[in-house]
Amino acid sequence: MTAPQSSGNLLHNLLLFGRVLRGLGMDINPGRMIDLVDALAYIQLGYKQDFYHACRSLLVHDKEDIPLFDQAFERFWRKHDGGWFDIGVPSLPRQKQQSERIITPPPLSDSAEPPEQDKADQGEAEEEDLLQILEVTQTYSDQETLRHKDFAELTPDELATIKLLIVSLAWHLGRRMTRRQRPGRGPTFDMRRSLRRNLRYGGEMIEWPTRKKKDKPRPLVVIADISGSMERYTRLLLHFIYGLSEGLDEVVEAFVFSTRLTHITRQLRNKDIDQAMHRISQAVPDWSGGTRIGEAFKRFNYDWGRRVLGRGAVVLIISDGWDRGEPELLGQEMARLQRSSYRLIWLNPLLGSPRYEPLTRGIQAAMPYIDDFLPVHNLASLQELATHLAQVSSRSRK
Amino acid sequence: MQTIESLQQALRNNLYIADRGLATAIFLALKLQRPLFLEGEPGVGKTEVAKVIAGLQKTELIRLQCYEGLDVNQAVYEWNYTRQLLHIRLMEARGERATEAELFGPEYLLRRPLLQAVENTKADSPVLLIDEIDRSDEEFEAFLLEVLSDFQITIPEIGTIRAEHPPVVILTSNRTREVHDALKRRCLYYWIDYPSFEKELEIVRAKVPNAPEALAKQVTGFIQELRRIELYKVPGVAETLDWTAALVALDQQALELNIVEDTLGVILKYQDDVIQIRGQQAGLILDRVRVNQA
Repeated sequence: MTAPQSSGNLLHNLLLFGRVLRGLGMDINPGRMIDLVDALAYIQLGYKQDFYHACRSLLVHDKEDIPLFDQAFERFWRKHDGGWFDIGVPSLPRQKQQSERIITPPPLSDSAEPPEQDKADQGEAEEEDLLQILEVTQTYSDQETLRHKDFAELTPDELATIKLLIVSLAWHLGRRMTRRQRPGRGPTFDMRRSLRRNLRYGGEMIEWPTRKKKDKPRPLVVIADISGSMERYTRLLLHFIYGLSEGLDEVVEAFVFSTRLTHITRQLRNKDIDQAMHRISQAVPDWSGGTRIGEAFKRFNYDWGRRVLGRGAVVLIISDGWDRGEPELLGQEMARLQRSSYRLIWLNPLLGSPRYEPLTRGIQAAMPYIDDFLPVHNLASLQELATHLAQVSSRSRK
Repeated sequence: MQTIESLQQALRNNLYIADRGLATAIFLALKLQRPLFLEGEPGVGKTEVAKVIAGLQKTELIRLQCYEGLDVNQAVYEWNYTRQLLHIRLMEARGERATEAELFGPEYLLRRPLLQAVENTKADSPVLLIDEIDRSDEEFEAFLLEVLSDFQITIPEIGTIRAEHPPVVILTSNRTREVHDALKRRCLYYWIDYPSFEKELEIVRAKVPNAPEALAKQVTGFIQELRRIELYKVPGVAETLDWTAALVALDQQALELNIVEDTLGVILKYQDDVIQIRGQQAGLILDRVRVNQA
């Protein structure tokens, strides 16, 4: 990349911007940055809106990242004396002193190395500041205060049981027929192979190879209650969900709610469990808050249902059913949820107590739509869950 | 098309009203020769983009509609078995034997959309529309990734076919499923939102030119209000246009409550939504629209 002297700053700032976005958890790789530099040749840099859209169309590829990108963009490319495309943090004078370093961009290797490692100078500190400023905005919720949860390690025993359980769950969640076909004993003729095979008989069709449908494990959707009344189970639950999303072949879509519904699938996709837990704790604005189950399910049905329930998904709700919202709303949304899922399973920690009867208004409203109502108060009951799932495989409609 | 303005104007001349952002994304996709990935709710005009670009460039539009289980036979190529069998019989009748090279030659090849797009021999690049990619499955996505990276297709019996003029590729998704990041990463991404009142009105005027101005305004206003209400399926621009056309066909000069109720099915596609809006709600919305536009 040989950039003219005048655009040296811009180039440097672009790379810095890329790093900031990467720091925010966005998927930015060097290839994208090169594309962006190419793209800038085609647009008028003086026009901020075009620059913004060029950056966005090349660097963002998920609607959910757009608000985050917008905030980062606004903060980073704040209007400065020289023009809007100068960096907003007060770094301009010092950057000029370090112009030697600025013109040579950092090596564009595939590994996204943490910024601390490649150099240690003043520019570094500013970058850190910037990252910190932006770190706060990661959840983009102003009203609700972040309450960080302490996710201590589970005991090795507990972890082992969870692993065991997940293996058996994966086995029993059931499979569904896809519409993709492959060679095998099935109802449709495989014309391509038939012709090839029968060529040797001089066009007499003697062998008729067939195709069969391919099957796949059913997708699993977990919706877990993390409100105040569920607090003592939250840690176990999150580990359980993490284990599921690691252990199953299909993507597990996971949601948590107390007053609001939060999609945590992306946060779960992390090789390191502690980092995943940290990200979740950052993303969820309402730990141990009140419970509005009906409202949360409504949000799920409206915003996510069509996206995650498409292919015969099994839905696993984990909640004690203490609802402070309208029971009518809960019933209505449960009905819709049941209609659009293959199987609706409700795990209830309270069900472990021998004296418990599902009398809360919330549970009363939800009961008619639950396919399986099972206890989940300790690890032993999780194992029972797996056994149960093995016994019932298709819904008996009420 | 040298500037974003001129592209935006050209789109407008072809009856497509695009935001500056969308115009920028299309412009860059053409300049950088990268696929354009358009995501948005149903009925916001994603597919239309491909059609209008093909119109602008006066090239062919090749469309591949995705579905689960879409495979090479349907997306790339298939052998014409009937003709192959006939050929075998014919040779047999002459006392000869059909050779493999004859049977698996180009004349027995059925060209499906992806092959058509790659094999194109005309001077202009065609527009390849890969519609509703979210309906396909991971297997097809992986295959597509391969095709999009080097625009070549290998048919074992014939060889590798490389695109002389790589097509302009537009992918659309209704976001019923998360498309794999690797595929999106190859593309420019643009999220098409529901339009503002002004923009939607402009679209209605452009697409249904014979609609009375008052009606166009009221319909647009009504739909804009509906989008603020929590509905299971929010009406898109396509519904606005259908509705306007329907009302024009019914000779309406302005929105009346009874006509709104009779034609709600044009814009609301779920029974729950129809029940929620019909009656009092519809009246309230209509009043608000009338007040706003008075």
